[in-house]
Amino acid sequence: MQWQSTDVEVNRSDGTKNSETFTPAPAKDQFQEELVIRPLHSGDIYASFQFRTLWDTDFLQEGQKKVSHYRLFPKSLGQVLSKFSVQELHISFTQGFWRTMQWGQPFIPSPPGAELWVWFHHTVSDVDGNWKELTNVLSGIFCASLNFIDMTNTVQPSASFKPLGLGNATDHRFLRYATLPREIVCTENLTPWKKLLPCGSKAGLAVLMKSEKLFHSSFHSQAVHIRPICQASFFSKSWELRQTLNVVFDHYTSGQGKKEWSLFKMFSRTLTEACPLASSSKVYVDITDNPEGELFELSPATPLLSQAVVLGDRRTYSVYDLTRAETFGQLRSFNLLLRWKGDSGDMLRPLLHAERYVAGFGLQTGEIHTVIYNNHPYRAFPVLLMDSVPWYLQLYIHTLTVTSKSRDNKPSYIHYQPAKDRHRPHLLEMLIQLPPHSMTEVTVQFERALLKWTEYTPDPNHGFYVGSSVISALVPSMVAMSTNFTQDQPLFSSFVPVKEESSYFVRVYTEPLLVNLPTPDFSMPYNVICLTCTVVAVGYGSFYNLLTRTFQVDEPSPPLAKRLANFIRRIRGVPLLA
Amino acid sequence: MAAPLTLLLIVAVTIRAVLFRSSLAELILERVEVVSPLNAWKRVVEGLALLDLGVSPYSGDVFHETPLMIYLFHFMVDYAEIVFMVTDGLTAVALYLSIQTYNKNVFRKQKYALESDRYPADCLELLRSPKEMFYIPLKVAMFYLLNPFTILSCVAKSTCGLNNAIIALFILCTLKGSALLSGILLALATYQSIYPLTLFAPALLFFLQRLYIPVNLRRSSFWFFTLQYAFIYVGSLVVITGLSFFLLGSWDFIPSVYGFIFSVPDLTPNIGLFWYFFAEMFEHFRLFFICVFQINVFFYTIPLSIKLKEHPVFLIFMQIAIISIFKSYPTVGDVALYMAFLPAWSHLYRFLRNIFLVSCVLLACSALFPVLWHLWIYAGSANSNFYYAITLLFNFGQVKGPILISHFT
Repeated sequence: MQWQSTDVEVNRSDGTKNSETFTPAPAKDQFQEELVIRPLHSGDIYASFQFRTLWDTDFLQEGQKKVSHYRLFPKSLGQVLSKFSVQELHISFTQGFWRTMQWGQPFIPSPPGAELWVWFHHTVSDVDGNWKELTNVLSGIFCASLNFIDMTNTVQPSASFKPLGLGNATDHRFLRYATLPREIVCTENLTPWKKLLPCGSKAGLAVLMKSEKLFHSSFHSQAVHIRPICQASFFSKSWELRQTLNVVFDHYTSGQGKKEWSLFKMFSRTLTEACPLASSSKVYVDITDNPEGELFELSPATPLLSQAVVLGDRRTYSVYDLTRAETFGQLRSFNLLLRWKGDSGDMLRPLLHAERYVAGFGLQTGEIHTVIYNNHPYRAFPVLLMDSVPWYLQLYIHTLTVTSKSRDNKPSYIHYQPAKDRHRPHLLEMLIQLPPHSMTEVTVQFERALLKWTEYTPDPNHGFYVGSSVISALVPSMVAMSTNFTQDQPLFSSFVPVKEESSYFVRVYTEPLLVNLPTPDFSMPYNVICLTCTVVAVGYGSFYNLLTRTFQVDEPSPPLAKRLANFIRRIRGVPLLA
Repeated sequence: MAAPLTLLLIVAVTIRAVLFRSSLAELILERVEVVSPLNAWKRVVEGLALLDLGVSPYSGDVFHETPLMIYLFHFMVDYAEIVFMVTDGLTAVALYLSIQTYNKNVFRKQKYALESDRYPADCLELLRSPKEMFYIPLKVAMFYLLNPFTILSCVAKSTCGLNNAIIALFILCTLKGSALLSGILLALATYQSIYPLTLFAPALLFFLQRLYIPVNLRRSSFWFFTLQYAFIYVGSLVVITGLSFFLLGSWDFIPSVYGFIFSVPDLTPNIGLFWYFFAEMFEHFRLFFICVFQINVFFYTIPLSIKLKEHPVFLIFMQIAIISIFKSYPTVGDVALYMAFLPAWSHLYRFLRNIFLVSCVLLACSALFPVLWHLWIYAGSANSNFYYAITLLFNFGQVKGPILISHFT
């Protein structure tokens, strides 16, 4: 009702206008931020920031005027979405590899390097053209070299990357997935990422993001996820932008002293205020392992507790609400302190875990081994394994073997798209049923190609990277997951939509591989051309000789003295010698 | 002569069977000198596996065999070893019979020339007697079957053996005088790898000679026969290509097989000259040099045909030698085919100047190929230049070899 009256008011006051200059009242948007701190069993700390902007607008509706009034939603991303008709966009930059066995499952997984996957709207006619331009524009926005994404490392997975937001997309022609394992993340990427936040890095949780501390860690991952979602209260589609930053500090394992942390020690800053534009700003600390306070001591204490089921486990959190002034106490500064008292016990083993490595010796052939562990004691479940291998490692699919518990385990679905040299990479997707409490090994042989000398990187003996495999699965959950979506749910538990109560969605990324290829000698182009042409010329010369030589009978030539004498005689005009 | 030939076949089959069952078979299957991206057995199996998965074998860049080959191996993949042994035997028998026919022709011509006193006096020692010509066909068959190159090619199950068999059968049909079969087999050989196209000229010359039609561009009888033979050849080629289209339902195989042979995108090392040349080529000149190298194979046909029009069988030998040296993905199986012909001209051996040098070069190179490959790829102590150098030397020796013989024909 309020919306409508504003509309009418503006209309009356502005008189006649053409629809281009008339801007409606700003759409509803809201911003939430949260920080989750989870002490890990290895003694390290996992900090996960999530910033969510929800905006009730539609970038993709045709016939409507272009959205031009941006408030909380960053304009650069909004323009990208409308220009390229993007339905969903997920981009992540990661430094380091997530160690599932030591740290458990992350809230939002990401592979080392850069990863970008995009669902385009079904009205797009030239998806490849849009993809190319999109990667270049994002490369500029994030100061990353995403322009190296081209058709030689882009694939269209058929089953592994279903949309996480609204959308009944089943046509994988509108999906593009690419990964750059070699990409390095640094301050240059963090700064534009921070600029996308409504408060920037000046207020709220983002003040903690100091690059010299953030990059001095075992694992650092920053991501942007944009998707359309359905808001229960508005019955309309709204756009959700989530910016997440996951970091694992290793102060303990890198030997920096005792097991004691504070926000100041981790981030070299404390919190002074919540972001004024945020509707909610919270800090969660995972205290599930510390019910009586015997493991660690948390200060300042807080009466607020929250329980959430995330990743198949019911966890308890201490909540600090930064929108309330009393959180900051008298000093107007909030510094969380965590002091360990005893040794932590064993961690719950993650139910799904994977490793990958290259076997073989020499520069001619090799074998890729992917090992997937199912640690559930009695339930078997299927996993979808997706492998994207560059074209210069020629896979031989007839050598593909999948064995579980040393018996052959035939995948029920195989989608294989072979590579075309210098055009597209291999794509292998398989649905494998993992028996309970077992290890499954997938092996495939490959041959290494010799490339043209211009196709090698400046450091060819470093090797070539093969992107991580992606394993997606619905893991059976020990605890019933909640399928209701409420506004008050903490952000970290609402990222992945939960469709059923008995299982949760998990995506595991394996290690990227580094393989060496045989190299030609780069100093030799001129020599090679000369030598090869010489051999061909010898052949040609011999043939020419053979074909054009004729034999004649020849008189033996007279000796030199006689010839000289004849010459003189000819001058004198005297008859010649015989 | 059936008994010695049978004995030879049994010995050859035994050697191959023993090697098939030994552990050397897997080693040989992967040697780059013996298999190339065009005729490797691993790729045939891969193509069949792709077909089973429901993907076209030509959608990737692994499989470069023709559709008729897929059709053949779809049924024969379990008996592959027997197929290749039988193929080798077939080639040897075809070569035996063709050289026998050739010798009969040569001897008959010699007899007529002798009777009409066409030979000068000092050439009498060059005349060949039936006695020494008796064992030549057997020697040719032996040179083919017991050649280490052929044995390696067979144990590696390289489809080069099948191509050699088709060419040998083509030679047999040509020498026996059947133009129809010869045209069909030549079309099949061209369909497999394009280069046997150059064998059209010597076959034509042989038929013209046999039918006593003078090779004169102004005579209508020449054109009449040429058109007939060309029609058989082109017609069979069209039929075979159409059959391949209907087999898989698409024309994908043309860029995958013929486009691949001509544009050389895959730079896997082999015993030829192309791979390193194009690995180190400036991008700007790539097309130019590809054209130069491909023209190089075809362009010796006309001059050689003009020069050697009295000796079409020798012309066939020269063409096969040129093809196996200058083709884009040569293997030792191609070398073995033309080496088999050498005993046919054994009467010329005492006039060859550098036969010892050339044979030493070829032997040394054959021994050094695996050594330098191991040093480059496995030990890491050599680099690609070493292998490339041996490639150069091997091809230099090959180029000099047939030229030497041709000087004296």
